[in-house]
Amino acid sequence: MYGFEMMSFNIKDGFLEAIVRGHRSGLLTVADYNNLSQCETLDDIKMNLTSTDYGAYLANEASPIYTANIVEKCTQKLVNDWNYMRTQADENLAAFMDYCTYGHMIDNVVLIVTGTLHERDVQELLDKCHPLGMFDSIATLAVAQNMRELYRLVLVDTPLAPYFSENLTHEDLDEMNIEIMRNTLYKAYLDDFASFCQKLGGTTAEIMGDMLAFETDRRALNITLNSIGTELTREDRKKLYSNFGLLYPHGQNELAAAEDFDQIRSAMEKVPAYSALFGKLGYGESQMLDKLLYEEEVKKCVDCFEQQFHYGVFYAYMKLREQEIRNVMWISECVAQDQKGRISDGIVYTF
Amino acid sequence: MTDLTHPVVWFYIPVTITWICFLISVGSPDRFIDYDWLWLLFRSMSPYFWSAMGVALAVGMSILGAAWGIFITGSSLVGAAIRVPRITSKNLISIIFCEATAIYGVIVAIILQTKIDIATPTDGMYDKWAMASGYSIFGAGVTCGFANLVCGMCVGIVGSSCALSDAQNSTLFVKILVVEIFGSALGLFGVIIGIIMSGGVKWKEE
Repeated sequence: MYGFEMMSFNIKDGFLEAIVRGHRSGLLTVADYNNLSQCETLDDIKMNLTSTDYGAYLANEASPIYTANIVEKCTQKLVNDWNYMRTQADENLAAFMDYCTYGHMIDNVVLIVTGTLHERDVQELLDKCHPLGMFDSIATLAVAQNMRELYRLVLVDTPLAPYFSENLTHEDLDEMNIEIMRNTLYKAYLDDFASFCQKLGGTTAEIMGDMLAFETDRRALNITLNSIGTELTREDRKKLYSNFGLLYPHGQNELAAAEDFDQIRSAMEKVPAYSALFGKLGYGESQMLDKLLYEEEVKKCVDCFEQQFHYGVFYAYMKLREQEIRNVMWISECVAQDQKGRISDGIVYTF
Repeated sequence: MTDLTHPVVWFYIPVTITWICFLISVGSPDRFIDYDWLWLLFRSMSPYFWSAMGVALAVGMSILGAAWGIFITGSSLVGAAIRVPRITSKNLISIIFCEATAIYGVIVAIILQTKIDIATPTDGMYDKWAMASGYSIFGAGVTCGFANLVCGMCVGIVGSSCALSDAQNSTLFVKILVVEIFGSALGLFGVIIGIIMSGGVKWKEE
């Protein structure tokens, strides 16, 4: 019942909610980003980051430090925080936190399959995988030759098994089909996650419903943009859109029929929530779209923390940390390549 | 309503049906619901039963409310204090407010039990003053118990938010404490009414 969950939420999840709110207070602020923007070298960046939450992770790094090292250590902090909370989580929260990581699992699977197609070394690919999405038998993905083997050998034991449907198992693995596989898996994952959140009910259902609707609409937009001019048919494109969200079903019909950016824009602007977003875009520009979508996501995640006694704060924390790591990576790359003027183009301020 | 585990299906409906079956089945078979028999049933119930229940509910429900409030505040406080240890000493006030509701319940229970006196039945029925006293003590106990139950929960939830807000921004503590103070006044209302209700008990005609 809405509102009455306040009385029983803290029994199982009060401690972890307080911990995640503590982590949120350690996210980098505008002042921190300004300090980082004024660094001359990557060593300065490292020194500035040691006075933030990342201190314990970066303090002992050896001196010729590279962007990849910084990003790896920052990701390590996210993973440690997440695992600390996940190991103490009781039932519904544990399932929820697992659902949050399935997106990374899908990305890892696709990474290894693509890398194997291009004949890369398995070990090198495993190093590139996101640590939050690892599972035990991930290395055996390199052995599979087609979808059916992939499913039968590896994926049937993972949490991703229910997301494979019959029509996916027949094709062989090649470039195009891998992207379709990724998006089909993601669609099934988002549908499943959304129905799980609705079953939880209360504030969690409301807040996560909103955030997942944005996520799925954003993916629909990106799929449409990337598939203009390719051989993906309209019906196939429509199969990749989720069964919920603000664009379901009429906006998705229009997006499936869109052939260029202006048609996409007119389809999206019919939804009031997104017309503001496209209003900022100006006529004919599509480069800024990514940054605007990230800003919208960060705004939704920060608003998530306004309410207490729900699980959305865990999802929002993960998204905000990832955005922060992307920001630190951008700043480090700009500093390393001596392009400090472009720093503000690429980072999204959290608060 | 597709949720078949909802309390309406498994608690409220069975209780209502049982209650109706009871009313129809007791007493003389001539009447559909035998009100005279039911009144006789009530008249034979000892006022000690009612007054003892009143004392038990006064202390039991108050402590339930206080415990509920303490665990709600305590779990958030412990989690937030890992990162910001300075909040622990100030936020113990929230715990103390919850504890106060338990103390109110104990005080009312002690006062109520001093009012219990001897009453002997004549012909299996009790004197009307004795019955009235039993009912008053029961009512006072229920009032105080339920008021403290919800007061404890209220103070607990607000105390949890207070701890988390204080961890982020220390100027918010005093402001949210004002909300808690208003919340803890609710328990006091229950105590006052309980004491007034039980003030007029007398167990026999003088």
